[in-house]
Amino acid sequence: MQDKFFLKKRLKSSIILFVVLLVTYGAIIMTEFSLIKGLASIPKAFEWGVTNFFPTTKSLERLPNILNKLFETILVSIGATTVAAIFALAFAIMGSATTRVNSFLSGMARGFATLFRNIDIAVWSMILLFTFGQSALTGFFALFFVSFGFLTRAFIEVIDEASGSSVEALQATGAPYLTTIFQSVIPASLPMMLSWVLFVAETNIRSATLIGILTGTGIGFAFDLYYKSMNYNAASLVVIVIVLTILLIEYISNYVRRVIL
Amino acid sequence: MGLERLNRTQPNSSVLIEQYLSKPIKVKKLTKATLVIRATLLSLLLITIYGFYFYDYKGINIIEAGLATLANFKIMFTEAHFNHFTFTEGVYVATVTLSLAVLTTLFGAIIALFLGLLAAQNLSTPAVANAVKSVVAVVRAVPTVLWVLIFAIAAGLGSVAAVVGMTFHSVSYLVKAYSESFEELDEGVIEALRASGASWWQIVFQAVIPSTMSYLISWTFLRFEINFGVAIAMGAAAAAGGIGFELFMASAFYYDIRELGTITYFVLFIAIMLEVIATKIKSKLRTTH
Repeated sequence: MQDKFFLKKRLKSSIILFVVLLVTYGAIIMTEFSLIKGLASIPKAFEWGVTNFFPTTKSLERLPNILNKLFETILVSIGATTVAAIFALAFAIMGSATTRVNSFLSGMARGFATLFRNIDIAVWSMILLFTFGQSALTGFFALFFVSFGFLTRAFIEVIDEASGSSVEALQATGAPYLTTIFQSVIPASLPMMLSWVLFVAETNIRSATLIGILTGTGIGFAFDLYYKSMNYNAASLVVIVIVLTILLIEYISNYVRRVIL
Repeated sequence: MGLERLNRTQPNSSVLIEQYLSKPIKVKKLTKATLVIRATLLSLLLITIYGFYFYDYKGINIIEAGLATLANFKIMFTEAHFNHFTFTEGVYVATVTLSLAVLTTLFGAIIALFLGLLAAQNLSTPAVANAVKSVVAVVRAVPTVLWVLIFAIAAGLGSVAAVVGMTFHSVSYLVKAYSESFEELDEGVIEALRASGASWWQIVFQAVIPSTMSYLISWTFLRFEINFGVAIAMGAAAAAGGIGFELFMASAFYYDIRELGTITYFVLFIAIMLEVIATKIKSKLRTTH
């Protein structure tokens, strides 16, 4: 019996390993990826980085311009997150099993969230580029749609987890719907929701760089411009500024999370 | 003298009680947590409002552009067509994007497993753990697309730079997730094994990895989902091929909104499939553990 147990286990893990190797082999062929070239590129990139990728005094002159672009990117990311959170709260209350009005609206809210979340941010920004062009609004709406989808899903789970019994208790006393929402659901789930909002704000600042490269706005555009004109010293300054910002925002949101949770 | 003072306090106390009753009773205490929550909400709101004044709108009328976007959505989703690629080619490019995600997730997971062990406070020394964690935090702070573009200078634009750059970011993400899972492990298990004379590798492979397996798998699959999205973006932003490249061409090159609709359907289909699989995996892991 024991023997067979271990034999079965070993067989199962060998099959999983075999399938993983097969999939990897297939993926390498599909993407025409060469492991040797990939490994060789790492030291090459570092060597190049040490010799070319650092800010010089000349590139420091561009710092005010870069900081201005960075500031806009941060504003867009946080603005999109906040507005998305407000919409997501309404949709999550509609969608959650504990607070929903009826199953039709709940299904619709969940469906909307799935649709918005699963279309990738790159796809959103390329779609919005048609009408909003190279303005901050392209990035704003791309971030807004994805954040909205993600936050609705997260908020639904928070509401289900945090307020099941208290909603029941309030409903038993005959409290009206809105009182239940504002006196029980929101206060109980606010810390967890805020933690998710901070997480999305962090993610959005990262994604904003990518959107900037795709749509020609904000800090991503600054990087792309310097990168394509081979002004790597200035491009490195952009990277440093981004890294410092993200580390700072991570630090702040970790602090807030530690205090509120 | 003493008696007088005692008498004087008596009429005062009823006034105090009245004052107390006239004020509304405070149910919520103003703790540090509520203070921080309020400050955070307020600053988020202020930044948002200020942002709307600051944005560079470039003379765009929001209502007009919003309506145009809605019209575009209608065309995209109802009149999607194939123009620059066929259905089979569409499946092929989608598979390339999925393959990019598979490779980077797999490489990332293998490297992150070992680094995660080094970064866990209970399995490694504090100095090593902190060093690994801070390096990884800096690596994570550089957006993926920048890693890919930086490697593109050494390896040229294409799949090699994309895989290496995306792997860098996957590693840093997974090291954090893995090491946190390892740290949640019951300290008693490790201590018991150590006391019975088990070596470090034995502890890791017989206790740590098996008991955190369900976390590791769900984190890895979550990263796989993220990597699929990143792979689309890399196709568009760093010419890594796959469906992202078609996306970029359809949007910024051909201005073909109908083909963009086709690509969106492809992306949506795969992403929802991945989500369904992830939910299945999670519920299965939950029942077996």
